[in-house]
Amino acid sequence: MDYGSTAFVVVAALAKIVFLLLIFGMGLASILTWMERRQSAMMQDRLGPNRANIGPVKAWGITHFLADAVKFLFKEDFVPPKAHKFFFALAPVLAMAPALIVFAIVPFGASVCVGAATEVQPADCTQPLRLQIARLDAGLLFYFAISSLSVYGATLAGWASHNKWAMMGGLRASSQMMSYEVTMGMAVLGAFLVYGTLEPGAMVSQQWSFSQWGIFSQPLGFLLFLTAAIAETKRTPFDIPEGEPEIVGYFVEYSGLRFGMFFLGEFLEIVFSSAIIVTIFLGGWHFDLPFFSPEEFVRTHVPNWVFVAITVGVWAGKVFLFSAFQLLIRWSLPRFRSDQLMQLGWQRLLPLSIANVLLTAGILLYKQSG
Amino acid sequence: MAVGVKVVARPGSLTQQMYVPAIAEGLGVTFRHFVKNFWGNLTHRRGQTDIATIEYPEQKKPYPERHRGLHRLMLRDDGQTRCVACMMCPTACPAHCITIVPEEAPDGRIEKRPRIFEIDELRCVVCGLCAEACPCDAIRMDTLEHAKPTYRRVDAILDRDELLSRGSRSVAMQGGVGAFWREKVTGKRQAPPAGEVVPAGPPPGPVRPGPRSM
Repeated sequence: MDYGSTAFVVVAALAKIVFLLLIFGMGLASILTWMERRQSAMMQDRLGPNRANIGPVKAWGITHFLADAVKFLFKEDFVPPKAHKFFFALAPVLAMAPALIVFAIVPFGASVCVGAATEVQPADCTQPLRLQIARLDAGLLFYFAISSLSVYGATLAGWASHNKWAMMGGLRASSQMMSYEVTMGMAVLGAFLVYGTLEPGAMVSQQWSFSQWGIFSQPLGFLLFLTAAIAETKRTPFDIPEGEPEIVGYFVEYSGLRFGMFFLGEFLEIVFSSAIIVTIFLGGWHFDLPFFSPEEFVRTHVPNWVFVAITVGVWAGKVFLFSAFQLLIRWSLPRFRSDQLMQLGWQRLLPLSIANVLLTAGILLYKQSG
Repeated sequence: MAVGVKVVARPGSLTQQMYVPAIAEGLGVTFRHFVKNFWGNLTHRRGQTDIATIEYPEQKKPYPERHRGLHRLMLRDDGQTRCVACMMCPTACPAHCITIVPEEAPDGRIEKRPRIFEIDELRCVVCGLCAEACPCDAIRMDTLEHAKPTYRRVDAILDRDELLSRGSRSVAMQGGVGAFWREKVTGKRQAPPAGEVVPAGPPPGPVRPGPRSM
């Protein structure tokens, strides 16, 4: 199996997909379902779910997500008699699939030098294997294109359920996600200008030094993107489509594993939005620090494959911590009202993001000319 | 008549209106709680956390002293029931959960005693009127136990012997006359046999485990 042959490319891609989607993405999303309850409990001076265990292995109740999965599997899969059967079945898939597909563009580690992986700092890395499932020049545009599809999941679920509350939830979801996608695109435009590329891998390689992280060149863009990303995940303080105390939301008629798919899809979106923010603003897999450079030291002192493993670990750690930060936000802030949400999106975030783009462009122009 | 809209001026400083500083402050509060509780729980130092959770089956919060729990029937010094089947408690009971069938008492000084004394704990509304109505301090609700769940309804009906099994001797005046009922009957005071009189105060109730660390 030579480097560059079709078989090599296919096997490498499959291995990356299995690792990133099935092991990392699904795994972290599953654990987040437990972490959300446990972390929120700790924030509210409670204990949270700490009982689930496999035999003597308890581990603070981390296996609650397995118990949940088993429960979802064995619950009745109820479909309302007047629901649109096909769309009702399609909606959970549409809610979950985009969150999985967009993982394709995320770079999750340094390149492996095939054939020279055991050497320390290979002199000529002629056969690099990029740890990124797909290197697309369209990059983040692909992300926007696919993640826009997830609005269909919520809207279809609301419409197909033949339930007024679900319908209202679906309508709210569509209006909210469309509004905040505008801000999201605008917020990241500044980053495009700074990096001069749309490709996430190239963005990460430009953030090799701590001071080069996107959060420092685009602080406002980071805040706006973060806000819009949370709104895209439809979670508090932007959980108007769900709104448990008022309308329950677009998945009110779903039960069993179909509801589980919505549930897992929500957490997959958290993982993914964390991954994309880490990629654009927080240095990706780089672990350079302000005053010394552990990355440079590690890169020149350990075999290539160890270095790659460390970078993957650093990236995973960053994504995990940022997911935990999103949970912190979700359990700290109260929900917006529907009109406040629209007001915030269109009257504050959008003008700010446009101003951010103009300001960035102006500064870049000044730097280039002078 | 048009409906007027009154715009309320929302108080709020600039930092609140900018959202971000106020949000950062709020996140700081929740994060401090999280770190404190998380670290204390991880290192098994629950005392240093703010966690208020009581992990129920292993850890029980003691009931207060005057808690009304399962009924019990009190005993005389000789171990017989204090109940004289006067029917005060079923009369007082608003839920009609007490059934008493009296019989002649073999002891000549006492007219009646209950042949059947049943309390349906499923019907009981735990109001405590029966204990209040009893002139003999025969029925009490101070076991500090709550009604146990049962598989069959009939198992929730407690009979006389079960009620008596929770009983203990009472030092209260029987019938409400005299310091000791024997004094009235025999005309001379008899000291109760040593060790048989339970001093007043909370009876030996069920085991009440205190708070236990995880």
